Amino acid sequence: MTNDLAIRLRAVVKRYGAITAVNGLDLDVPQGTCVGLLGPNGAGKSTTMRLLTAQAIADEGELEVLGFQLPGESKAARAQCGVVPQLDNLDVTLTVEQNLLVFAHLYRLGRAERPAAIERALQMANLLDRRSTRVDKLSGGMRRRLLIARALVHGPRLVLLDEPTVGLDPQVRQELWALIDALRAEGTTILMSTHYIEEAQRLADTVLIMSHGVAVAAGPPAELVAEHAGREAVEVYGPPAKLAEVEAAAGAFGLRTRRTGTSISVLGVEAADGRAPDGERRPTNLEDVFVLLTGEAIE
Amino acid sequence: MTSSVEPAGERGLGRLERRAMTGVLVREIVNFSSYWRSATFSSTVEPTIYLLAFGFGFGSLVSKVGGYSYVQFVGTGTVATAVLFSSAFPAMFGTFIKYKFQRTYDAVLAAPVDTEELVTAEALWVATRAGVYGCVPMLVAIAFGLNPSWGMLTVPFIGLLAGFGWACFGIAIAGFASSIENFSYVISAVLTPLFLVAGTFFPLNRLPEWAQVLGNINPLHHCVELVRHAAFGFDAWDPVRVGVLIVFALLTWRVAIYAMTRKLID
Repeated sequence: MTNDLAIRLRAVVKRYGAITAVNGLDLDVPQGTCVGLLGPNGAGKSTTMRLLTAQAIADEGELEVLGFQLPGESKAARAQCGVVPQLDNLDVTLTVEQNLLVFAHLYRLGRAERPAAIERALQMANLLDRRSTRVDKLSGGMRRRLLIARALVHGPRLVLLDEPTVGLDPQVRQELWALIDALRAEGTTILMSTHYIEEAQRLADTVLIMSHGVAVAAGPPAELVAEHAGREAVEVYGPPAKLAEVEAAAGAFGLRTRRTGTSISVLGVEAADGRAPDGERRPTNLEDVFVLLTGEAIE
Repeated sequence: MTSSVEPAGERGLGRLERRAMTGVLVREIVNFSSYWRSATFSSTVEPTIYLLAFGFGFGSLVSKVGGYSYVQFVGTGTVATAVLFSSAFPAMFGTFIKYKFQRTYDAVLAAPVDTEELVTAEALWVATRAGVYGCVPMLVAIAFGLNPSWGMLTVPFIGLLAGFGWACFGIAIAGFASSIENFSYVISAVLTPLFLVAGTFFPLNRLPEWAQVLGNINPLHHCVELVRHAAFGFDAWDPVRVGVLIVFALLTWRVAIYAMTRKLID
């Protein structure tokens, strides 16, 4: 079938023994957009990523990637996808260029196309002057850039990024955001899983919030915020007893609240007509929506 | 504007594609350029030490075994040892390390490569190395007086065939093992006995019947015999021995694919 979706998942279920990692997931990634898969640890993001490359086989549901049905036609889909894994799996005793060369072969580029493709990937990841450096001599940020460059060497139509900046310094993270943003500007379709809210807010056109293996909300970040958390929040600080009191009072007025560690935020106060408690006013954000929808307690 | 995503290119793509296996082989070959020294050292020096130790140690006590001088007997026999050491062991450890510690297979299987192609290409690569390394003890034996013969030109191919079987055996063990410590059981309980009851250091025909039976189902024994006959003259049973090695290779190949698919695809 033909449509304008690069990825189309319908009612996908994946179980591991008694655990259901993905539990009826619907996911649409329109081509040319960047979709962020946002969710706490254990929400099913990584399993979803593995399903898309047929490294996990769904128990139920329909999966279509770049118009190919999975898992049967997965190999053809994989040929046109680039995958950036969460855990570094570069060949560390090889040079930067050798790593790219290996993947140019694995992604079936012809002899004539390989040199230019490697050059382009090096340039994109800003690694031109490191081409002959062994991977185990690179900094963490450079390794991460090489991991992305490796996924781009064959000019994929769709790039899957699994937690692209997990465990990195803020500086390195921003460097990678610039790289992903450049990719997006070129028109490459991107699906990115992350549990960093800021990352999703900055990079994604559409965010899908996952919890317990299902999508609990989907839409552009700003719309999600407006819909679920309103425009403004009041943040109240105080001892636990006071926070509980504020929570109960806001609940009685029909206002939504979320705990923020040391404080409580009452959401959507712009329409509260004086029922809002006193406290620090601030604009609502995607984190409010995230905590509201995926639950406050860490399981 | 709505542009449509038409599947571009072939839909299904076949099994055991040459292009997929080439990709895996290129990865192995490029990596080999960074560790060939240590691999070549361990795969050739160890059997050569066995050859020299047994050949001259026992050779001073026993002059002839099965009609050959003992150095010639062991010189041809340790070819199979070299094949085993350079196939089963690297396959077992290499596969496990790439799976568990380097996570190489996650990256390879995200590319248009299936588990079947991955296993086949890696086994072919290990088998090729085994075919080459297997010749080393024979060359050493030639230096110590073994007469070169035309039949010896088949030795790399015997090593390749036996090496493919042992490589797949090693990959299968790595596929079934849950930790690298499990390998001790296989090495002590399977590989060491097979290595000793292969007719490498002593002929099997004087042993008790059970040991002879064991020897005849031991692929390594048939590899030893084929190499010996390649050097001194083939006999009528050799096609059967080749058949045994082919069956061994096919069997371990399918088991290796089964074990790795179970491990790599959830």
